[in-house]
Amino acid sequence: MTMRVLLAKVGLDGHDRGLKIVAHHLREAGMEVVYRGLRSTPEEVARAALEERADVVGLSFLAGDHMTQTPKVLAELQRAKLGHLPVVVGGIVLKRDIPRLAAMGVRRVFLPGTPSADIVQFIREGAQP
Amino acid sequence: MKKETFFTTDSGIPVKAVYTPEDFPGRDYAAKLGLPGEYPYTRGVYPTMYRGQLWTMRQYAGFGTAEETNRRFRYLLGEGSTGLSIAFDLPTQLGLDSDAPAAEGAVGRVGVAVDSLADMETIFEGIPLERVSTSMTINATAPVLLAMYIAVGERQGVPAAKLTGTTQNDILKEFIARGTYIFPPQPSLKLALDIVEYCQRSLPRWNTMNIAGYHIREAGADAVQELAFTLANAIAYIEAAAARGLAVDEFAPRLSYSLGCFRDLFEEIAKYRAARRLYARIMKERFGARDPKSWLFRTFSGSCGSTLVAQQPLNNVVRVTLHALMGVLGGHQAIHTACWDEGFAIPSQEAATLALRTQQILAHESGIAHTADPLAGSYYVESLTDEIERRAQALLARIDAMGGMLRAIESGAIAREIEASSVRYQQAVDSGEKVIVGLNRFQSQEAEEAQGLFEADPRVETRQKASLAAVKGRRSQGDVEATLRQLEKAIVDEKNVMPAVLAAVKAYATVGEICGVMRRRWGEYRGR
Repeated sequence: MTMRVLLAKVGLDGHDRGLKIVAHHLREAGMEVVYRGLRSTPEEVARAALEERADVVGLSFLAGDHMTQTPKVLAELQRAKLGHLPVVVGGIVLKRDIPRLAAMGVRRVFLPGTPSADIVQFIREGAQP
Repeated sequence: MKKETFFTTDSGIPVKAVYTPEDFPGRDYAAKLGLPGEYPYTRGVYPTMYRGQLWTMRQYAGFGTAEETNRRFRYLLGEGSTGLSIAFDLPTQLGLDSDAPAAEGAVGRVGVAVDSLADMETIFEGIPLERVSTSMTINATAPVLLAMYIAVGERQGVPAAKLTGTTQNDILKEFIARGTYIFPPQPSLKLALDIVEYCQRSLPRWNTMNIAGYHIREAGADAVQELAFTLANAIAYIEAAAARGLAVDEFAPRLSYSLGCFRDLFEEIAKYRAARRLYARIMKERFGARDPKSWLFRTFSGSCGSTLVAQQPLNNVVRVTLHALMGVLGGHQAIHTACWDEGFAIPSQEAATLALRTQQILAHESGIAHTADPLAGSYYVESLTDEIERRAQALLARIDAMGGMLRAIESGAIAREIEASSVRYQQAVDSGEKVIVGLNRFQSQEAEEAQGLFEADPRVETRQKASLAAVKGRRSQGDVEATLRQLEKAIVDEKNVMPAVLAAVKAYATVGEICGVMRRRWGEYRGR
């Protein structure tokens, strides 16, 4: 089965260069990637995860709003009965926020400079049941 | 380490082991170079360059609430600064009020929050607008913010004709790079031109657009794409202005530009030189501009944040020094230097000061500002200038063949080209072919997180919402509704919206309400 990955930009930040690179590498690795563009709301992410039958959700933040937006996305996924979906976060995240995100249920945080291959490998393995 | 046999610039232009007079087009000196301040301006837009006037050291700032920004501006003016540069928060840039659900967590974060004229009045409290020039990094909502600035001026007794400053107002690059668009491309372009047209009549000293390559580069474009797409955007604006019946020499002198400072020193310098020459020729030959001021590619350059590295962050001080060096050797009119901690957070005060000191050391200690275009005549730099010009021209011809930049943007072609470059670049970094010190070579043990980083104050959002509620409580609701209806009528009648927006901001209609009317008429663009 082809793994299906939903990548999303939540919040108002417009920087999606990194997310598009990740999308490219995941596709190269044979996965189906869905990215619906900038400024998705948490509800839209949950709906897209449902519609696209996503196996894993990746969120990218570069404007410092990861601590506000991530819990909203997780709550919407719960509400959509998708609380089991692994969620990963990438972007500019202060190290002190990583344990806080992990405590919310984020599987992994990828910081700037992470080789693309590491992200591909983690998503491939991390999304296994 | 493998021995390299094939060398290229950062953008993939082949580089020879050595350059000689064979590579130097000396016989075309007058046509290709000329003197600084003379057509085609390859060597700079002013005859004496930095001897006449140093570049403007324009550091980008703006944070939290209007009160805090006002305090910072007064401090800067007290220190002898004459130019202000405002960063707005994302809700303001996207036409949302601070109490909108989507704004949560973003109010006052990457810039100052402006909901209504009341905020703008506070920002400029005690600052006489006839004595400062104000640069506003604002695009989709530029008509609203400019109208507020005009209204503040009126209240201070400063007529619009005396206002000086810049609105970025470059919406096309938002669709291909920066992402803060609201409406679809066509009405967005109309709004941008409403400012150009309005200013021509009422704010003759205002720089109506700063057409930016910087963000295009940051989105992943290479140097040639950055230059070509910037010029293609400029061509699209100029054609659209001409279609409205505006004469090129009336508005072109008020256009300015910005380009990024990336990694490859000589490639970047060659890019700036090629940009000036290409632009002068486009303006003179393609658009028939007669006023030499229309031919000038006046630029602002900024350190590309994407070249900064989170690992071993103090190394960024060295990178930023190189950025400033490129900017100066490239002949920019204004330069921004990034702060070493930008990769983590809003810059700290110490890092912001160091970034400014970097420029001051270059300006006053290094001697590089003593003579104009000191690299002219370098076999390598001249050859690279020609090559970048040639490649950018070829790309411009392809965009023309696609039916122009607006079409190329709408079709997604430009975004795809940028993405392809961005992926190529990242692959070269991942493979180690492109070296980034501290990241893929010369790594150190991972240190603790940098100390002293800026912390956003969560109370800013609460305070801003309270002040918005207070404004809504004391304004005349009838006036707000009446002016918003007038705005809707102006949109339906396809008139210039500026007068109606000005009336609405004076009635204290909010950014969200004014943009709400526009959203209703034009819809929102959700990208491709």
